[in-house]
Amino acid sequence: MIRLLVTLLVLALAAPVVQAQKKYDPGASDTEIRIGNTNPYSGPASAYGTIGKAIAAYFKMVNDQGGINGRKINFISYDDGYSPPKTVEMVRKLVEQDQVLFVFQTLGTPSNTAIQKYMNTRKVPQLHVATGATKWNDPKNNPWTMGWQPNYQTEAQVYARHILQTKPDAKIGILFQNDDYGKDYVKGLKDGLGDKAKSMIVAEVSYEVTDPTVDSQIVQLQAAGANVFFNVTTPKFAAQAIRKAYDIGWKPVHYLNNVSFSVGSVLTPAGLEKSVGLITTAYFKDPTDKRWADDTAVKQWETFMKKYYPDGNLADSFNMYAYSVAITLHQVLRQAGSDLTRENIMRQAASMKDFRVDTLLPRILINTSKDDYAPIEAVQLQRFNGKQWELFGDVITAGH
Amino acid sequence: MNRKIALLVILLVVACVLPFVASSYRTFQFTLVMVYAIALLGLNILTGYNGQISLGHGAFYAMGAYCTAILMDKLGMPYWATVPIAGAVCLVVGFLFGLPALRLEGLYLALATFALGVAMPQLLKYKALEHWTGGVQGIVIAKPEAPFGLPINADQWLYFFTLLVTVIMFVLGWNLLRGRVGRALIAIRDHHIAAEAMGVNNALYKSLAFGVSAMYTGIAGALGAIAVQFVAPDSFTIFLSIVLLVGIVIGGLASISGALYGALFIQFVPNIADEVSKAAPWAIFGIFMILFVYLMPTGVAGAVRILLARTVRKAHNHAANLKEETP
Repeated sequence: MIRLLVTLLVLALAAPVVQAQKKYDPGASDTEIRIGNTNPYSGPASAYGTIGKAIAAYFKMVNDQGGINGRKINFISYDDGYSPPKTVEMVRKLVEQDQVLFVFQTLGTPSNTAIQKYMNTRKVPQLHVATGATKWNDPKNNPWTMGWQPNYQTEAQVYARHILQTKPDAKIGILFQNDDYGKDYVKGLKDGLGDKAKSMIVAEVSYEVTDPTVDSQIVQLQAAGANVFFNVTTPKFAAQAIRKAYDIGWKPVHYLNNVSFSVGSVLTPAGLEKSVGLITTAYFKDPTDKRWADDTAVKQWETFMKKYYPDGNLADSFNMYAYSVAITLHQVLRQAGSDLTRENIMRQAASMKDFRVDTLLPRILINTSKDDYAPIEAVQLQRFNGKQWELFGDVITAGH
Repeated sequence: MNRKIALLVILLVVACVLPFVASSYRTFQFTLVMVYAIALLGLNILTGYNGQISLGHGAFYAMGAYCTAILMDKLGMPYWATVPIAGAVCLVVGFLFGLPALRLEGLYLALATFALGVAMPQLLKYKALEHWTGGVQGIVIAKPEAPFGLPINADQWLYFFTLLVTVIMFVLGWNLLRGRVGRALIAIRDHHIAAEAMGVNNALYKSLAFGVSAMYTGIAGALGAIAVQFVAPDSFTIFLSIVLLVGIVIGGLASISGALYGALFIQFVPNIADEVSKAAPWAIFGIFMILFVYLMPTGVAGAVRILLARTVRKAHNHAANLKEETP
């Protein structure tokens, strides 16, 4: 009897202590964590839709394995058709009606721009957004927004460093798409070149997305005497640029932005033999790359895909991307433990120390701090050998 | 007539109570419904009443939205002052676009407006305009707070502001369409040669219809921009124009109340479709559309009219029967 009383007393005393350790904001409870997401499942950008589906599949797997710290993940994803007003509507639904703890991997630069102010006013985390723009790394003004992938400026700085190391006498010609994305790259390259930017860059030409071709721009760059070509173009224009440069006999050292690295949709239409020697960057393991055929992490990914996302395309690198970013969030939530407040989620996301996602390239680590909202800042250069991309050199981290 | 007025009063009372019972998010959605309703009324003036098909009204919506965004962002104008300016700009542009478009009939006009709708997002990205439009990045605008220290939140305030504009626009539209102008527009639609013979200035009325229609849509765009707090070229793709056309057909061509039904449809049915199926939301949307068109060939407004007429007739018969039984 006394023993029972003591037990009860201890329990009564302990209960508030346990309670005090658990802290919840809307969307979190003892049994569940609700996460919101928008993706273009329909419309012109629906090729990206597979990212949302793969992430949903990942959390289904996590739930089957018992969830995170005993809580099931409820991943709610809506279609925004890549239309910013729709994103605003859907994100408001997620935050105000579905009461999610935070949103994760909302896709697209315009869509995320449209909701950024709302998220930061409401103080709801806008975590690991799916866009490469540099502006997501701005913890001072937007402490509730964070990117994930290496941003365009980071990537351009890596090219700049490689140019300075290997070709000190470079005469650089730049072709860029005249919008945010293009300008981001050009700024990164100039920052990376530092004082030498003025003397090294001999020509800078742009094109509009509405232009039919970039042929005349390529001729212009050749005429300016450039021996290094920095090619900041989206897939269709990238293919044109590669072909035209080859056809007019211009043989610069050719840096192609990561946006257009796809062998299937860029290099094949341009001509594989014309693409030999192209240099670009990579940060995660390409599932079609034979080098990773026996890699444990890639094998695990394949098993996951077959069991949880059998409709998904095993050759589509977006599925690898989705898997990798979901693993990152998994870690953030593991770190957050039972303190599931929005503030703590953001704090944990901003205190990743040398976290390793095995589907990223070897030696690429995720690091963040309260002043550094750019999780992945390292990339590796790769060169096209006529059949596939070949990694070379070390993993390079962009300097700050 | 009394019955109609009673219905309108009930509708208005419901509309005024709504933001106090619905969540902020729902209030925001209903604000968008009213925005679409204004745009649909505009398109209905052109297509429903005047018989000119436009596949490019999204362009006028975009123009109105950008007018407001630029005036607010670059010139620091208060949001309410930008709405009439956006309307005026669209009125002029719409009228001017209507002049050459007059020579085009039916499908040719549809194609010309389609071109406008397709071109608009790209024009908004154009380098020379980028200083104003913000290029692909678009413009983020601040949300207006309730004035005079009213104890309501920003969403509720915006809802009432939009409601006020909607009521004004609907009253104006009703006033315009029930009289000489409305009859002239319909006469041109039904038989333009006969209309001409009766002394209707076809050219003037058609251009005016275009201008007024664009003005309505532009005002809707302006209100939409304030509600969403963001404009970008990707917000106004050709799809928007097509959705607007879907809205007036589903709601009811040549019907003022149809604009409201159509707005409810284009606001809520895509969301329902998305909830039914992630894999093919637009297929579900298509099924809804086919159902509506088959079940209500004159639009929701037409179906409601028939239903009302039936109940009225029943009530009459009932009253008549009672009279016969009581002598």
